Amino acid sequence: MGVKTYNPNEQLPYITTRREAVLAWGRKNSLWPMPFGTACCAIEFMGVVSSVFDISRFGAELVRFSPRQSDLLIVAGTITYKMAPILKQIYDQMSEPKWVISMGVCASSGGFYNNYCTMQGIDHIIPVDVYIAGCPPRPEAILDAVMKIQEKIENPKTKPPAQFKVKEPKFDY
Amino acid sequence: MDNQSLLEHIKTKHLSEIIDAYEEYQYLNVIIKPEFIRNIISYLRDDPNLKFEMLVDLVSIDYSKYPEKKLGRFGLVYHMKSLTHNHRVAIRVFLPEENPEIDSIHDLYKNANWLEREAWDQMGIRFRNHPNLKRILNHKDFVGHPLRKDYPIDRRQWLSEPDDLMDEMEKRLKEKGIILRRG
Repeated sequence: MGVKTYNPNEQLPYITTRREAVLAWGRKNSLWPMPFGTACCAIEFMGVVSSVFDISRFGAELVRFSPRQSDLLIVAGTITYKMAPILKQIYDQMSEPKWVISMGVCASSGGFYNNYCTMQGIDHIIPVDVYIAGCPPRPEAILDAVMKIQEKIENPKTKPPAQFKVKEPKFDY
Repeated sequence: MDNQSLLEHIKTKHLSEIIDAYEEYQYLNVIIKPEFIRNIISYLRDDPNLKFEMLVDLVSIDYSKYPEKKLGRFGLVYHMKSLTHNHRVAIRVFLPEENPEIDSIHDLYKNANWLEREAWDQMGIRFRNHPNLKRILNHKDFVGHPLRKDYPIDRRQWLSEPDDLMDEMEKRLKEKGIILRRG
């Protein structure tokens, strides 16, 4: 067993890249999701973390239940107006850079809960990067959303597709 | 005890307080005058032949768009069950549209406290002498009673900061003999 002393004059193999690209590569492959699970979609998300679908193939298996330690907020479930300030606070407490997945039709648009107490989409209070359709979405759809987030981290300059305008709900203040 | 003898039992003591009684799906419904609710409920609970130890549910109904004419706009149904004799009864009460009020039974059944709070929150029925009549399902900035038929279903109401439930917590701690020091 020979121990080689390090000689600075010796040529080492190296690659050149941009600093942003290295950072993005690291962020992309080590997402730490925080599941904000309020309904059945949270159960579906547990299925994604389980060994069958295995979200850890994408480096996102470290599910954290503290906003300080996570950079991907997955809102899984119905958000009522009573829950909205809590979701907002959780989002505000997460440190930058952060991304949001709105999982399922309830979080994205209120779903079939078109009533007095359900928020018609969490984009009324926090910005959303990726929406997932379905009630509940297939686990593959969630993995697809994680891949979309990874693409977004890799190419931060690409613009998202233009969204259709949502009619503002009627509020009584 | 079958429904007929159950009704006989209630009628022996409280005949004047009963408006109507009928059987539906083998389930006895007794319509009574709202001012006597505490008498009837305490009698059902304490009589050794009846012994309704359990208030299963307390439901409020808005009859304003109901095809039949009822005795008042709001209905309250007290579902009772006896665990020892294994029989059930539903006590029905009708309340008027303006100022629907009834006596609270929170001291007879403990779970009536929250059930009455729910009826107040969603339907706007007031319960006299209730220890803590505040909203339980909707948030604190909510205006109106959403289960009433005249509440517009798409009227949404924002909440800017979450409810502080410490007032209830301190009350519970005081009941248990724990004094909370702030600061």
